Amino acid sequence: MKYIDAFRDGTLARKIAHNIAVEADPRREYSLMEFCGGHTHAISRYGIVDLLPDNIHMIHGPGCPVCVLPMGKLENMIQLAQTPGLILCSYGDMLRVPAAGGNSLLKIKAQGCDIRMIYSSADVLKIAQLNPQRQVVFLAIGFETTTPPTAVIIKQAQALGLTNFTVFCNHVLTPSAISHILQSPEIRQLGLVQLDGFIGPAHVSTVIGSEPYRYFAEEFQKPVVIAGFEPLDVMQAILMLIRQLNAGRADVENEFTRAVLPDGNLKAQLLVAEVFELRRSFEWRGLGLVPYSALRIKSGFADFDAEQRFDIPVLSIADNKACECGAILRGVKHPRDCKIFGTACTPENPIGSCMVSSEGACAAYYRYGRFREPRPGNTVTKN
Amino acid sequence: MQQTRKRKKVYTRPLDFKNGLVEMVHGSGGRAMTQLIDNLFVTAFDNPLLRQMNDQASFMGYSGRMVMSTDSHVITPLFFPGGNIGSLSVNGTVNDVVMSGAKPCYLAASFILEEGFPLADLKKIVESMAAAARAIPIPIITGDTKVVEQGSGDGVFITTTGIGTVPEGVNISSERAKPGDKILLSGTVGDHGIAIMLIREDLSFQSTLESDTASLHSLVASMVKIAPDIHVLRDPTRGGIAASLNEIAQQSGTGMILYENQIPMQTQVSAACEFLGFDPLYIANEGKLIAICSAEDADKLLAVMQAHPLGQNAAIIGEVIEDSHSFVQMETRFGGRRVVDWLSGDQLPRIC
Repeated sequence: MKYIDAFRDGTLARKIAHNIAVEADPRREYSLMEFCGGHTHAISRYGIVDLLPDNIHMIHGPGCPVCVLPMGKLENMIQLAQTPGLILCSYGDMLRVPAAGGNSLLKIKAQGCDIRMIYSSADVLKIAQLNPQRQVVFLAIGFETTTPPTAVIIKQAQALGLTNFTVFCNHVLTPSAISHILQSPEIRQLGLVQLDGFIGPAHVSTVIGSEPYRYFAEEFQKPVVIAGFEPLDVMQAILMLIRQLNAGRADVENEFTRAVLPDGNLKAQLLVAEVFELRRSFEWRGLGLVPYSALRIKSGFADFDAEQRFDIPVLSIADNKACECGAILRGVKHPRDCKIFGTACTPENPIGSCMVSSEGACAAYYRYGRFREPRPGNTVTKN
Repeated sequence: MQQTRKRKKVYTRPLDFKNGLVEMVHGSGGRAMTQLIDNLFVTAFDNPLLRQMNDQASFMGYSGRMVMSTDSHVITPLFFPGGNIGSLSVNGTVNDVVMSGAKPCYLAASFILEEGFPLADLKKIVESMAAAARAIPIPIITGDTKVVEQGSGDGVFITTTGIGTVPEGVNISSERAKPGDKILLSGTVGDHGIAIMLIREDLSFQSTLESDTASLHSLVASMVKIAPDIHVLRDPTRGGIAASLNEIAQQSGTGMILYENQIPMQTQVSAACEFLGFDPLYIANEGKLIAICSAEDADKLLAVMQAHPLGQNAAIIGEVIEDSHSFVQMETRFGGRRVVDWLSGDQLPRIC
């Protein structure tokens, strides 16, 4: 804990807060998006907003693995889990995500479907080996952080000659999502949403490095500061973004130097490239179809591709009309702009995916921040 | 005469506490059931009221206020570092009884056994219950045994019910929390839940963490003696201190503010929570209590708690405030403020 507590030091936090307050220009507003759910969680859990001046606004981005899965994919998972004899393995957060018709993996588990919550993708191989007569499917979700472990188990399954193990691959890519947000009409053409800079992903960047963000900085003139998930990392990144914006710079800077290299983790990248390839397009909740934003399993590993073995169809199902998750994921709306936030939609009965994971903007705001009255000018909605 | 006596004593076969298993006949009301009750339960729990062997235990009443509480214990695994379901089922119910400031008097215990469960394990569990009860001391004066078919249970379920007597002048109840009151916690949070989780989930963590399962009767007795006007006592089991404090806030119509840097926690617990993405405030405890008392009583109560072996790490962790929303808030170590909300569903590990 020694190396973690050092990044949660309250005295140091107040010093950085003081520097931010001194350096932030009172004549302007700063709207900063933290892309990752991990940052959203840290901001809410440690009460970081309390330490910032009123003219700095944090916008929660779409970097929450379960939040961005569209309803069609959730329906695929529900149908797959109902296959007789099949064991579906998933990370815990996935189980409570609401699908169409008020269904969820947790609900169909109660009806008798065999759904196992796992902590590590390696556990799935053990389950497959222990149940040779049954089909075992791993619901692979997440950004670049969780992709290499999935690649590892696919390769191990091949080496072991497992015939009852497949992966339903829903891995998505961070850079494509960021550029999609920056190209959205609300930001680029209409200027409805002010977005001045990004706090770049922590764990994702350990894999992909800092180079992939250079494009945003140059093409869109938005500064990016890659930051760790500890609260002092976030504070320091905010200070670095303010300094860039005040100086009129738009560079990629790395606050998370203790873990992120410019080129990232080359070994992991090679592994991912060996097993996965780009999909031409993939549907994201809130962002719609985003070109080249997700991965699928290469033909050389087709035996381990659940989409092929179970002939999983592409389904398109509309979100609940009242739910604003889409706009919230794009940074266009704040959770409290949603009519059903905290009324019909709560962590006990989530309607939208943002209310499920602790990294989701709505759940984080509900859990940690709703005692706060709205601060004047802190809403990002201008329509 | 001789023959009759002989028939009474001799059973078909002695119970095999080494390799034997629970069978359906152990719950069917016949000789096998009587044998199990006599040779295991009565032998272990032995006391005059239990020895009456009627359908009920009979005892003299009290003139003062009495309290009663019941708790079903279902836990996987049945044996864990620091205890087992037996000691847990005694301490759990005794703790619920004494959170009224009461002196615990009697316990009843009801067992649901699964066919095929090893008698050796059952013996260990029952003996640990007996030891826990004797240490308090609280006699187990009546009970029941049922056996369910294999697959219909999880080894052993134990329901215990306890009663106690409340001393004159003591009125401990959650609606008595008032703005200005101090919130005290008797020790480190999350030990039980994390100890169980680390062995249950096949997580290959090396840890020396043990469940904190313990009876809090003597700690409570010394607290009530020094400060009879304690407003609220609660043992923060499932849902951790977050759930207990939210319940008290709701029931008393107040809000609470906690100070994160005052909440005692073992490094092993905070490290495991960090790794798994859990919040220790929501993790179960089995040998801790929360006390809410007036600001005047707080310091002397804290001193008494710290002088007791089960309260050495006690601390004042926050205070009761006025809040129409009944929010429990926390000043973070970092300097910000956040809501410590009700737990929704089970805590689930983070993905990345």
